Amino acid sequence: MGILVVDAAGRVLFMNQHLELLTGARADRVVGLPCALVLRSRCCVQQCTGSRPAARGRGGCRQDDILARDRRRIPVRITTTPLLGSDGQRLGAMESIEDLRPVPGSGPASGGPYSFGDIIGQSPQMERLFAMLPVVAQSDASVLITGETGTGKDLLAEALHQASERAKGPFVKINCGALPATLLESELFGHQKGAFTGAVEDRPGRFRMAHRGTLYLTEIGDLPTPLQVKLLTFLDDKIVYPLGSAAGYPADVRVVAATHRNLEDMVRRGRFRQDLFYRLNVLRLEIPPLRSREGDIRLLLDHYLKRLSVRLGRTIEGFAGRCLKILLHYDYPGNVRELKNIVEYCANLCQERRVQPRHLPAYLTDPARPAATPRPSAAGSPPLLPARKDPASPPGERIAERWRDVEVRMIREALVQARGNRSRAAAMLGCSRSTLWRKIRQFGIEV
Amino acid sequence: MPLKVLIPLLENNVAPRFDLAAEVLIAVLDGRGTIRDRKLLIMPQASAEKLCQLILTEAVGTVICGGIEEEHYDYLTWKQVKVIDDVIGSGQAALQQLGRSRLQSGAVLQIADRL
Repeated sequence: MGILVVDAAGRVLFMNQHLELLTGARADRVVGLPCALVLRSRCCVQQCTGSRPAARGRGGCRQDDILARDRRRIPVRITTTPLLGSDGQRLGAMESIEDLRPVPGSGPASGGPYSFGDIIGQSPQMERLFAMLPVVAQSDASVLITGETGTGKDLLAEALHQASERAKGPFVKINCGALPATLLESELFGHQKGAFTGAVEDRPGRFRMAHRGTLYLTEIGDLPTPLQVKLLTFLDDKIVYPLGSAAGYPADVRVVAATHRNLEDMVRRGRFRQDLFYRLNVLRLEIPPLRSREGDIRLLLDHYLKRLSVRLGRTIEGFAGRCLKILLHYDYPGNVRELKNIVEYCANLCQERRVQPRHLPAYLTDPARPAATPRPSAAGSPPLLPARKDPASPPGERIAERWRDVEVRMIREALVQARGNRSRAAAMLGCSRSTLWRKIRQFGIEV
Repeated sequence: MPLKVLIPLLENNVAPRFDLAAEVLIAVLDGRGTIRDRKLLIMPQASAEKLCQLILTEAVGTVICGGIEEEHYDYLTWKQVKVIDDVIGSGQAALQQLGRSRLQSGAVLQIADRL
């Protein structure tokens, strides 16, 4: 993190080594110079010059860019903190400058794909989505994210928060489908001591916790009707009324909601309030399912394989031709989440340079084994279609094979092959003996 | 031989950013480095592309600026314009140093009061 300290007139007093590296300026040569001439940030030049010093005096956080000495424009986040004397007089300001360029190696693997936060893709559908995101992030309006399960709605919500002006504020997530209505109301809006049996103390709700940040309501389609009214009231008034309290307090919260359900259909059926739908649907982001994202399957396969190989300390170079053919022709009803799990399975199992078909989960290579994730069914769409494009694959419902089940099966198979010898089984699995012991206990495997 | 010089300005100093400068100083130096002519131009809006266009149409020989992006630097040097960048200081001081053939990239000169 680059640090710059300026006096009340905006002249540089101190610059740390990190900022020297970022800007290319030498601290000993720039002390005493106006910060606008040194930092060369857009905001400094446009708003913070000597004749307009007001912007410098205010604290706050802003997305900006600076022009370094090596002639590169660098996106940064600048947080300004006024430095005040004991009498309240402004002595200067401290600016922390955060480099927003992606960390080398943490980005997408190859092909120069577009990305936003942790979401990557180079299909035309994702390009269109990425083009919208910076604009949506900068707006303060409510956002509704829709898409099938596993498409990355949570990632997108968090990326939106990180790219917004509220990035320094909290990002609070709550699953509207995970709690009963009464508990959810208390979770969301908080309660006052004595509001109900067991309410022994005041409790701030998620709205309060998300003050000056973003509240992410996932599975908004599962929000009970009484709470839909209360949420609508908040969106209109921006005032939160805790349970049992007549006094409300204002909360500066941006609401991002997500669902895999078809909300329009739910509105038609009277299961979701139309007015709330319109209030949330100010900005709508639809994440396309993976099967319709042209070219992204290969990109994501390579990306996750590379990342997992590094994490697991393997030297897997890629997928063998036949293996890749199977993976590219699979339909991924569980979308990116399923693809990631498949790659994790392969990376754990593969001890060679290239992933072979035998390293794939059985349901991909053996059509007789129904083990794929059932296709997520948005309300109104036909449920549970066959997961493979291969016409030879049997139609009908498929049973989800969770990673936990896969791990249990792998451990059991390794133990059988090693005739109960845990050291050998651990070596076969590519993990330490203690990890194997921990997994055996965790999954309750009888040895 | 006279030399035409352009300096993007932020108030009276060399603008810290070429792409954000809305005011430029165009001066003519004679063969001995004396300032023979100077004019201030206000750009309708800050734009690096418009500035490059102005530099070419005005047949400027040397540009003195603060920060400039690689793309614009390469374009100007490709068009045979000499660019002395990363200069901090007043436009007047930069011109004087250039007249004495002492101005180099990275120079920190006298700052004008108004900034």
